[in-house]
Formats: sequence, structure tokens, C-alpha cells
Amino acid sequence: MKQALAIPAALAAALWLTPALAQSPSHDGHGMSGMDMPGMKDSPAAEPSDAKPDAMQGMDHSGHTMTMDASPMHAMPMKSDGAIPQSPPPPAAQSGPAHAADAFYPDGEMAHAREMVTHEMGGLKTTVVMVDRLEAQTGKGGGSWAWEGALRTGGDIDRLWIKTEGEGELDGGIDDSEVQALWGHAIGPWFDLQAGVRQQFMPGPDRTQLSVGVEGLAPYMFDISAEAFVSTQGEFTAKIGAEIDQRLTQRLILQPRVEANLSAQDVPEIGLGAGVTSLQTGVRLRYEFRREFAPYVGVEWQKQFGRTADYTRADGGNADRVVALVGLRAWF
Amino acid sequence: MLNPTLHRRALLGGALAAGGGAAISALFPQWARAQTAHLPAGGADALTGEEIALSIARTPFTLGGRTGSATTVNGTLPGPLIRLREGQDVRLSVTNHLDVDSSIHWHGLLVPFQMDGVPGVTFPGIRPNETFRYGFPIRQSGTYWYHSHSGGQEGTGLIGPIVIDPAAGERVHADREMIVMLSDWSFMTPMEILRKLKAQPDYFNYQQQAWFEAPSGKPMSVADKLKWGRMRMSPSDIADVTGATYTYLVNGQGPDANWTGLFRPGERVRLRVINSSAMTIFNLRIPGLPLTVVAADGSDVKPVETDEIQIGVAETYDLIVTPDDRAYTLFAESVDRSGYARGTLAPRAGMTAPIPPLRKPPLLTMKDMGMGGMAGMAGMSGMDHAMNHGADGGMKMHGSMSMRDPANAPGVALTPGVDMIAPMPVDRTGDRGLGLDGVKHRVLVYTDLEAPEPRHDISPPTREIVVHLTGNMERYMWSFDGRRFSEIVEPIRLARDERVRFKLVNETMMTHPIHLHGFLFDLVNGKGDRLPKKHTVNVLPGGFVAFDLTADEPGDWAFHCHLLLHMMSGMFNVVTVRPLDGGAA
Repeated sequence: MKQALAIPAALAAALWLTPALAQSPSHDGHGMSGMDMPGMKDSPAAEPSDAKPDAMQGMDHSGHTMTMDASPMHAMPMKSDGAIPQSPPPPAAQSGPAHAADAFYPDGEMAHAREMVTHEMGGLKTTVVMVDRLEAQTGKGGGSWAWEGALRTGGDIDRLWIKTEGEGELDGGIDDSEVQALWGHAIGPWFDLQAGVRQQFMPGPDRTQLSVGVEGLAPYMFDISAEAFVSTQGEFTAKIGAEIDQRLTQRLILQPRVEANLSAQDVPEIGLGAGVTSLQTGVRLRYEFRREFAPYVGVEWQKQFGRTADYTRADGGNADRVVALVGLRAWF
Repeated sequence: MLNPTLHRRALLGGALAAGGGAAISALFPQWARAQTAHLPAGGADALTGEEIALSIARTPFTLGGRTGSATTVNGTLPGPLIRLREGQDVRLSVTNHLDVDSSIHWHGLLVPFQMDGVPGVTFPGIRPNETFRYGFPIRQSGTYWYHSHSGGQEGTGLIGPIVIDPAAGERVHADREMIVMLSDWSFMTPMEILRKLKAQPDYFNYQQQAWFEAPSGKPMSVADKLKWGRMRMSPSDIADVTGATYTYLVNGQGPDANWTGLFRPGERVRLRVINSSAMTIFNLRIPGLPLTVVAADGSDVKPVETDEIQIGVAETYDLIVTPDDRAYTLFAESVDRSGYARGTLAPRAGMTAPIPPLRKPPLLTMKDMGMGGMAGMAGMSGMDHAMNHGADGGMKMHGSMSMRDPANAPGVALTPGVDMIAPMPVDRTGDRGLGLDGVKHRVLVYTDLEAPEPRHDISPPTREIVVHLTGNMERYMWSFDGRRFSEIVEPIRLARDERVRFKLVNETMMTHPIHLHGFLFDLVNGKGDRLPKKHTVNVLPGGFVAFDLTADEPGDWAFHCHLLLHMMSGMFNVVTVRPLDGGAA
């Protein structure tokens, strides 16, 4: 029961923290070299702009680089930054028609062209299909295969995501798989909020869930995601993941990756125990023949915990195994 | 009406064989072919007079044995030279044979706004199979160029040179002149390049700092790696689109084709250099030959001698060179040094000179990060020193945290499209371009430019408009003041005849060549009453540049970053000047 509360709480914390990490502006800027910076930059009062640090002089350890030097820039009276007010436009600037070209062309022609140019300068939509993982795995208990991919379509801020992942036996069908349809919305420079529906297909009963999560780039270049799910049966589950690309050469990239699944309650009919249900941690080494085409090899430790592991073992499965894998990362 | 059957030139015009046998694309206008004895540039096929017909169409373009589809004017890439005379009137009939809308913008020309050629701003655009008749008086002289302002067509070949001869004759004598039009060509369409950048912003960058490779020649310490990682930025993010897909051209010809300009030894040769690239800033030099800059962006400047010029997209420079009896390599290295455009100046056809090796790619410095107020070129390693003297015991650098402080840029909307705010931007008007700080020879800086005579049309501005150049590399979003044009932004409103200062503050880590249509503005570079005129200005990362203008051109004017894909990602706005003529209220 305690867990039942802890998991959503942890998730809420994660959801709240990630955007905070992503965008909370710090106000320690004034720590910079002891300068009082906030508001200085464009204030009419004074500008640090007149500092032209002598490049050859190297570091100024005192941190007081804002001295007025005698560079030619200051020989000119007009270059007295701050003397020019940043006042609003004079009233005349507001006169006349909103669009000057309307006087030359029939109604509607310019309106349509304006729509086009407005869309063209920043409103373009793009579609990308990503196959993050398509791999064969071999380890204790035989061979398996897995995939993870997404289609992303839309603009910079709002996008539709179709995500899918799953796994199966090499000699059999698909064990578990899922498809998500999500609306993604940028909530900061690096993070998207994603919300929608997740459908899981499993050997037991399937599950339909509401899905809410964040995905993006954390400091130190970690790609992270945290998703929370609530099923039509009222079950709370969650998934968190992180990966990072370590560039060894221009085309050889090492990618450590970790993914953990959590459940707030026991769900025996789908083999879930409360707590951390499973953890996959591994490393993949890919070679980008092209950015869109990168075969890889890797190794991954797949471990289940607690009751989840018990259910799996009772089912004749492996709750703890290390696999070698070979696969393809591709997008188009 | 122009006959829509396009004139196709034969493959391998004789003069082109000079370059040593690389297969060359067919379709060059006379002016772009290997320069022969004709003078001035353009020769017989320059378009002159008061009635000029231009025809836009798709034309096969062959480069390095591969053929793609280019958007051309009168069937050639680059388009024909338009050679006019100051004081004349000109009518240009432009027919669109594409199946999509098109347009031509006369870059740097002072024209009535409705003739400026920007669809959705000054006119509706030119529809398929329509002809639009531009007409305007020529009020200036110098080297300019034209390009499409529709659908990324300037990135597929719709570019061409304009030369306007001054009514009173050139201020500086030259025995010969040549046009040097630099551009970038990819067999990938601009839209596809943009899509790839949206999917993976470092898609084209194969010069990144890696564990086992340091293309810059400077392996990064773990501490530096961590600092950049914490900011979620890359120090090798110099150019978005690189030699990985681009071939860099001189007058439409690749490095192997070796465009050659012929001279007689001892002649003073005027090179009219135009950067008509979509996305490439070049470092231009001619090893062994000092370059005397006599004009910038079409306007004369007091001659100044230099050895290398970083030329931003859409800028033009006129250079005087006096070559001896030998061959010289004209070498334009892309700013990230992933490739080069190359030609030869020689006294006789078939000569070549050594091609200098590409220099190591530059890395961004602390100044580029907008911390120029703290130190010189110490780079990241110096940062800790500087930061440990803060009032609270140091910066601690919570990574990007202090790199996005709204207090440092009032007026910027802190949207998801803004990944950083430069903490302490400095005036970089007098700085060398990216990667040229350590170069031993002379490098042109904006503070070298000066009008030849005192100007009487300069007065102090009455107000200042601060425009922040903003972006998010990870999402490949670019904007002014944090808002893309597609978000329906307020235009920049000017009152007729007011004198304003524009201060462009670059909050990003990339250089942006910013272009204002309809004006030749006065670059604020400390030259008092001799400020040079320009239409496009490079703003270095973490720095600012200012220009003044008198708003004496009524109408609506496009204002944008001239990196094509930055513009198409939203770094675009309109400057309005009111009231209009005829007292429209």
C-alpha cells in the first residue's frame, strides 16, 4: 500500500522536476565575476557593451572586466550606448494600412500570400519515422527479438507521436507489445510533455491505458523519458528510461541505456508485482554508415524483481539474464 | 513575351576545359565561364538596357558526374548577369515556368517596396505560367545580386549577379573585372535538408569532438566535455549544413572544374565577390595576393588592404588585386572548414596554383557563448577562474541555468524556441569572424570599413530598437526575440523619416547574417561621419552589432537571417514604414 502511494509520488516528482530542470531560469547570474548583471544588458542606464576586453591580455582574475577602455569605438560620440532611448515608435508609425501591399493587389491575393509566407517562416511541419531498436538477442533461455520505434509528425511545438515497442521469441511470435498514440507539446527548450493512449498486447489480457509523460534532453546530454500509465482497470504503472550517446569517432557511437518499469500494485493476471518490476540496462555500439542507417552490437542485462520475477519464473521464463544483441537503428 | 523554350548551351564550353578535365555542368552564362579577354565582366550575354526578360524554370544541373534538378533563370546556374547603369530606369519581366510559385528579390537594391519581390510581404508572388513586370529607377551603383524569395529556391540555384555602373564612373580604376559568385550546392532539396536538421540537428556535422577524434586539433578535457554537456550545447556547432552534403561553387563550378579568370600580369583586377550561398559563410583568400577592399555590399569604402575576408551569406565585397605573371588559387573555405570553393586567377588558360589545405575546424569560445564580458579568448578553460570571484563565491555554473536568465534579455519571450540567453554579450563589431582569431595574416573586420568621404546624411538616432537573435539548436528553431514569424508577431514599426538605431544582440552560438530589405543602413563601427553602408551584417555569437538608418523608404520590408534555413525556421519579420505615399491613413 505504501508503494501504491510512493510510485505516483515519485512520478509526479519526476514530471515536475524534468521541466524544472529543463527551463527554470537561475538567478545566480549575478554571481558572474561579481558583476551585477540582471537588467543591465538593455537598460538605458549602462551597458556592459562598452567593455572590450583585451583579447591578448588573457584572464582578468579580478573579474572586473567592465572597464571603459580606449578602443576606437569610444572615440565616437554617437556610440554612447544608453543615450539613445528605447522608446516606442512615434504615432506616425501606427498610421496607414496594416499591409502596404494591399493597395496594389486585389483583395484576397495578398491575404493568401501572407498566410503562405507566415506558414513558411517557422510553421513548417515535418515527419520522421524512427526505428530506435530493431534487434536480435541471444542469452540464457534462447533467442529473442525486440523493437522500439516511433513516428513523429507536426511542428516545433505540437506533434503527434505514434510509438511502438515489443519483444518476442526468435522462433515464435510476439510476446509483449504496445502502441501509443500521443500528443506532444514542447514545455521548454528541451522537453516535451506527451499525453495520450497506450494499448498493450500481452499473452494474458490486454490493457488500455491513459499515458502521460515527459521526454527530452537532460543536462549532460542524457535523453530521458518518464511515463505514467493508468489502465481502464485503475492500475498505476510507470516507465522511466535514459540513454546517452558517447561519440567515439564521427561515426562510431557508444550508447549506454537503462529502462525501468514500475507498478503501484500486484496484477497477477498480467504477471506484475508491485514495485520495480523490471530493469533493462545495457550498452550498444553502433556505426553510422549514414545518420539514418546504423547497425549495432551490444549487451544487455534484463532483470525482473520481486513478485514480477516470481510470476515469470512460475511461467517458465527467465527473470534474470544477460543477452548479447545485434541490431539496426534507422530513421527516415 | 519570352519564348519559353529555354536556350540550352552545349556541354563543356571550350573555355571551361581549362580546369583540367573535370566534367562540367553545361549551363553557364557567358560571365561565369572562364574569363577570357572580354571586358567588362558579362560580355555579350549580360542583360542590359531598360527592358529585360527573365525566365524561371527547372533545368538539369550536373556536378561531379551526378545530375540533379536546379531552379534557373534563363536556363543557367547562376543566372545571367544583369548589368545596369545608375540613373536609368529598368523593367524586368519575370516569367515563371515552374509548377510552383516563384519570385525574384533584388538583394540590396533600393526599390519601391512593391517591387521588392517578397511573396506575402510586397506582392503575391509569381504564379506558374505568369509574368510579373518589375519596374524601378536605378538609384545606386555597385555589386549586388538577385535570388528567389520563394520556397527555398535560392538553395536550388535561383541566384544571379547584378552590377550597376556608377553614373560618374568608378571611384577606383581597374583594368579588368571579374565576378566571383560563391554558392553551395546539394542534391538534397533545402526542404529535405531542413527536415533532417529537425530530426537530428548535428546531422551534417562530421567534425565533432569525439573520444578518439579531435578534428579541431584540440582534444577536450573531461571537464570541458562536462561543461558543454551540462549546457546541452556543442563547441563544434559552427555550420548547420556542411561539406557532407554541399559542394561549394565558384560561378556555378565545383573545385575540380576550377573556374579560371584570366588577366594580363600587372593589371589591376576588380573582383566582384558575392556570397550567394543558401547556408554557407566563407573565409575567402587568394594566397600570395593581398586583397584591397574597395566596396562592401555595393557601396564604396575607403580602400583597405587585407589578406582574408569572412564573407557572410548575401554580403558582397569588391576587391582590387594586382597579380604577377603566375597563377593564384582563389580559395573560399567554408566557415566550419568542411569544404571549399576554388577557382584560379591566371595569366594563361590551363595554369593552376597549389590549393592550400583546409585548416582545422574552429571550436566555439567563451566569447561565442556570450561570456565575452568576462574574458578574452581564454576559452572554456579560463571560465572557472573567472567564475570563482563572484560575490557569492563563484558562478558554480549550474550548467545551462545561468545561460538562460531572462533578466539578461528583457523583451525576449522565453519560449521553447530559446535554448540560451547570452549572459554577457559584448560589442563584436570589430572582431574577426569565427575561427580567425589566431590567424597570423590580416583579416578584414567591420571596423576596417569606412565611407570614402565624410557623409552629410548621418545624424544621431532618436531611438533604439533592440532585436535579439534567438534559437534552439536541439529543436532547430530560429527566431527574433524568441518568436518565430509563424507565431504571428508584431512587425517592427518605424515612422517615416525617423532616424533609428537597430541593435542586434546574438543570444545564440551561431553567426547570423542579418539582412534588412529596402535600405542601405549605416553600420555603427566607430567611423563617425564615415559610417559604411551595408544591407547585410554578420552578427557573431554572443555579441552585438548596431546599425542606424533613416526610415525614408515607405512600405513593408522583410527583415531576416539570410541563412536560408534559419529564415525558414522562423528568423524573419517585417519592418513597416508609415505613413505611405499619398497620405494613406
